[in-house]
Amino acid sequence: MKRREFLKTALGGSAGVLCGGGLAEARPNLEPAPEAVGMLFDATLCVGCKACVAKCKEVNGMPPTVLNGEPQWDSAQDLSGETLNVIKIYTEGKGSTKDMVKDGFAFEKRSCMHCVDPGCVSACPCTAMRRDPITGIVTHHPDACIGCRNCMVACPYNVPQFEYNKVFGQIHKCQLCNQAGVERIDKGQMTGCAEACPTGATLFGSRKALLAEAKRRMALKAGDTYSYPRGDVRKPDSMHEKKVPVYQQHIWGETEAGGTNVLHISAIPFDKLDMPPLGSRSAASISEGVQHTLYSYLALPAIALAGLAFAVKKNTDDEGEGDGS
Amino acid sequence: MSAHKATGDRIITLPFMLLVAVWLTGSMFGLQRFILDGMGSVSNLNGGYTWGLWVVYDVVIGTAFACGGYALAITVYVMNRGKYHPLMRPAILTSLLGYALGGFGAFFDMGRFWQFYEIFLPWNWNFNSVMLEVGLCVATYILVLVIEFSPAVLERLGLSGLKRALDKVLFLFIALGILLPTMHQSSLGSLLIAMGHKVDPLWQTMQFQPLLAIISSLIMGFSIVIFEASLTTAGMKQPSEAKLLRGLGRIILWLLAGFLIIRFAVLAAQGKLGLIFAGNFSSAVFVIETVLFIVPLVLLSSASLRRNSGLLLVAAVSMLFAGAAYRFDAFLVTYNPGNGYSYFPSVPEIMITLSIIALELMLYLIFVKRLPVLPRAEHA
Repeated sequence: MKRREFLKTALGGSAGVLCGGGLAEARPNLEPAPEAVGMLFDATLCVGCKACVAKCKEVNGMPPTVLNGEPQWDSAQDLSGETLNVIKIYTEGKGSTKDMVKDGFAFEKRSCMHCVDPGCVSACPCTAMRRDPITGIVTHHPDACIGCRNCMVACPYNVPQFEYNKVFGQIHKCQLCNQAGVERIDKGQMTGCAEACPTGATLFGSRKALLAEAKRRMALKAGDTYSYPRGDVRKPDSMHEKKVPVYQQHIWGETEAGGTNVLHISAIPFDKLDMPPLGSRSAASISEGVQHTLYSYLALPAIALAGLAFAVKKNTDDEGEGDGS
Repeated sequence: MSAHKATGDRIITLPFMLLVAVWLTGSMFGLQRFILDGMGSVSNLNGGYTWGLWVVYDVVIGTAFACGGYALAITVYVMNRGKYHPLMRPAILTSLLGYALGGFGAFFDMGRFWQFYEIFLPWNWNFNSVMLEVGLCVATYILVLVIEFSPAVLERLGLSGLKRALDKVLFLFIALGILLPTMHQSSLGSLLIAMGHKVDPLWQTMQFQPLLAIISSLIMGFSIVIFEASLTTAGMKQPSEAKLLRGLGRIILWLLAGFLIIRFAVLAAQGKLGLIFAGNFSSAVFVIETVLFIVPLVLLSSASLRRNSGLLLVAAVSMLFAGAAYRFDAFLVTYNPGNGYSYFPSVPEIMITLSIIALELMLYLIFVKRLPVLPRAEHA
């Protein structure tokens, strides 16, 4: 009888460890960093010149992409181990009118969104992905990286990219031009892509100021004239006047999976621009909720081990008696 | 007290040489991957599908196939069904080989393999990471399996003093050998949580991933014990363990029922039952997978059917396919990273995985022929 109770405790302990996972309360999403910096990409302003793609390669020391045997600085097709920023093209039907869903075309920037609650940072076993506690910039540190590539699967946007073509490759991603050796943000400069953008489609600034600017644009009346800033939204290099397009009333990155520091606005719905179907909850918050419920201070595993060790000891001592219960 | 003995058969046989050939072919691609051109030259891995055949088969499925030792240890040492003890040693051997080669597969897939040790340095540890738990736990479990298997080696070497000393503390390692797979087999499911929308809604059960993963790994563990025992009985002219295996069938019945009930209850609670009838690719895959789980449930539910060792083997094979499909489907088949990415493993990629399986079989044959692993006849 006594043994039966001990076994129950041991089994109960192990079962508790597991069911805890099912019942785990997820932590809330992380909040934006206190001085979060980011960018605002307004797809309606982008003319597809790809100056940002070339500038990005220059600032970050990335090689040109070879297309048809020729090195190309601005023609990368997608993010890769040698490209941190691309401009992708949306077309439908005849593809003749800018920013129209039907028979239209549009440009969409793809680079790291610098999530407020980044999946890559949460998933990395070696802390090789880090979120800066002040600026919120998500950085990568290859020194600690084993190349398991969990950051790639845990990124809703498929941003981190591995150099598959090298024996000794590494992960690459946009680090908002602030990685060691570049440090443009620390030096008071802006990102390369925002600096190069001739139309202000890519704006640099604090997340707060960028979000305010995005909200201002949402409130504009289509057809009115608006003075669009270039460069840093807080101290623009210059302004230019342009007719206001019909914006989608959606600021991508305000809430998606906990929000991002790089915000996008557009005249085309974001699902058509290949943005992922995200709710407001970050996957990291749920995953960490499960992990911390199960493994906090290794308390549950320790209890389970004690129970198991007792049961095994008891049952191996009895060996030869045959079937116990 | 050895209830086990080496079969003593010849090692070099025709099937063995075929395995050697497969192993050598795969190893050539391995050299290409590590020395010449990197992973890209031998695999179709890309920016969207960065975990392909190697991670999903070699690690996620391979270690679940290697759960025989784990499942049986729970039966023998926690539920105190001592009669299953004769099956323990071969089960521990397949677990050891499966996990060791799973670890090798992980190393093969590791993008920065030359600094794999970074995950073992405490100042690098990210306690939020599921992968940290998987990596450390699997590595520790491989060591535990080595210790659990060592009595067979010590017996062979005639080091009975050392074996007696080991026997005194072995209970601790057996307990660890139950705890650690519980932890990392559930975590292999938890890996899916962070993948969010990329995992098809029919497989993305979020908080319930670890629970479904652990139950399915136990199902696969028990099935591999039945599978292995049936094959050694037939192929190596070993005594039949049919009576024991039938008992295992009863245990699996409960696990299968539990798995299906929880899975469908979660889908219902998450309002996803309709997706099963959507008539698209994912729903078809889900139905096939579920059938693979239901067939053994039917076969095992009646005592008379369980008595038929042929049907028992069919049930075991169906469950192995079911568990493997559950993992393949979630991690690869219905996995969709978006952005137009697609993936199908390349020939070298498949060859490398086959060579790892070949190596596992070669080592198994060598071990059971030279070490006291398989049970002696009197347990028949």
